[in-house]
Amino acid sequence: MSFDLSNAVLRPLSNTKQQSIPVVSTKLSMRDIIDGWKVRWGFGRNRYLVKPGLYACGNPTASSMVLVSANYKLSFDALRKELSGIDAWILVLDTKGVNVWCAAGKGTFGTQEVIRQVKNVGLASLVSHRTLILPQLGAPGVAAHEVAKATGFRVVYGPVRAKDIPAFLKAGMKKTDAMRRVEFRLADRLAVVPVELVHAWPFAVGALLVSGLFWYLSGNLTPAAYFRYAALFLSPLLVGSIFFPCLLPLLPFKAFALKGCVLGSSWSLFAIGIFRLNGMEAASYFLLSTSLISFISMNFTGSSTFTNLTGVKWEVKVGLPIMITAALAGIVIIAVRLSMFLMKG
Amino acid sequence: MEFRYILAGQSLTLDTEKCIGCLMCCEVCPHNVFSFAEGKARIADRGRCMECGACARNCPVSALTVTSGVGCTAAVIGGLLKGGEPNCDCDCGTAKSKKVRCC
Repeated sequence: MSFDLSNAVLRPLSNTKQQSIPVVSTKLSMRDIIDGWKVRWGFGRNRYLVKPGLYACGNPTASSMVLVSANYKLSFDALRKELSGIDAWILVLDTKGVNVWCAAGKGTFGTQEVIRQVKNVGLASLVSHRTLILPQLGAPGVAAHEVAKATGFRVVYGPVRAKDIPAFLKAGMKKTDAMRRVEFRLADRLAVVPVELVHAWPFAVGALLVSGLFWYLSGNLTPAAYFRYAALFLSPLLVGSIFFPCLLPLLPFKAFALKGCVLGSSWSLFAIGIFRLNGMEAASYFLLSTSLISFISMNFTGSSTFTNLTGVKWEVKVGLPIMITAALAGIVIIAVRLSMFLMKG
Repeated sequence: MEFRYILAGQSLTLDTEKCIGCLMCCEVCPHNVFSFAEGKARIADRGRCMECGACARNCPVSALTVTSGVGCTAAVIGGLLKGGEPNCDCDCGTAKSKKVRCC
């Protein structure tokens, strides 16, 4: 199962000894853009593996540079679309369809895989120079000095973002400090919202069930009343998945669970006011909604670009039991309310 | 905009004796943790470190050590449930699994 390269590939390269090197386009087609959108939303992403190996961009010769990438569609497309007017080779590693940074963390974008692909495609006989340009975020998996020892190729770490590649090349493979830094701007944070939303679906099912319970207990069994409760209980999912990434730098505290607790309790109080909940309804809503938003927020550590394992372990160890206890307390309150209702009836 | 996270960079160590001043750590660090003075690397701001491990991996004289791992809640909870180490073990991109958590 691999990504259909027919959009990307223009023709096989015929001016070298190796006849079968595909030449890729530096323009993304409408289909590429739609496919990229589908990958972001998690639809059939396994179909978008790029076949590992060597690709050509423009009309590369023996002296053209070699850029190394991962076999994840979004990584490969991000690279090739920046190479318009540049003659280069692209060496795609087998990272099992995972982006460069995650794959480097797992070691699949790694020293051994670079060495293997360089040997596999016979790079030493194809190019006359001995330099590989790797994305900087591949560095957690690749030891440059070991690649040099095993292959004779010197590793140069390029910029973090593919869009800086033209400027990096123009400057004679020199990076500015900004090209070296990982950012987490609003646009970066919003880019991961779709996958956060897709992952929230089990909570959405739970929210709809709890809405049904509240609806039943309210005694007003009209569709409008059900939608009111559904909106009430689905809102924490949207707040956690969308508002949290947007507000991340503005929320106090460093731990994501605490930031989420601030956002969650604020939202819960706001919603309790808007929907005019009171008594046990308000108490159980506050507990369930705040713990859910806090949990979704804590999960955002996995999508962020600056959290460390030690800190996340601490958050989970301390935060998760509190969230579970609060959510259980919320459920107990509903259960008590339900039993009171049933006894009365 | 600079973000800071809890317990940042606690496991990062630099043995200045071993350092040969090759600047690789400064080159690969995505969060500007290192500075360079008198021919040696220095840990300038530990609080920015996310323990990605790029510096230690690319230090040719093993002057740097760091306990690296994925700073990801799903991986940590996964590790707790399975009783193993936190692992971003989502089989991403294989036919076995459709999970996309980390990717």
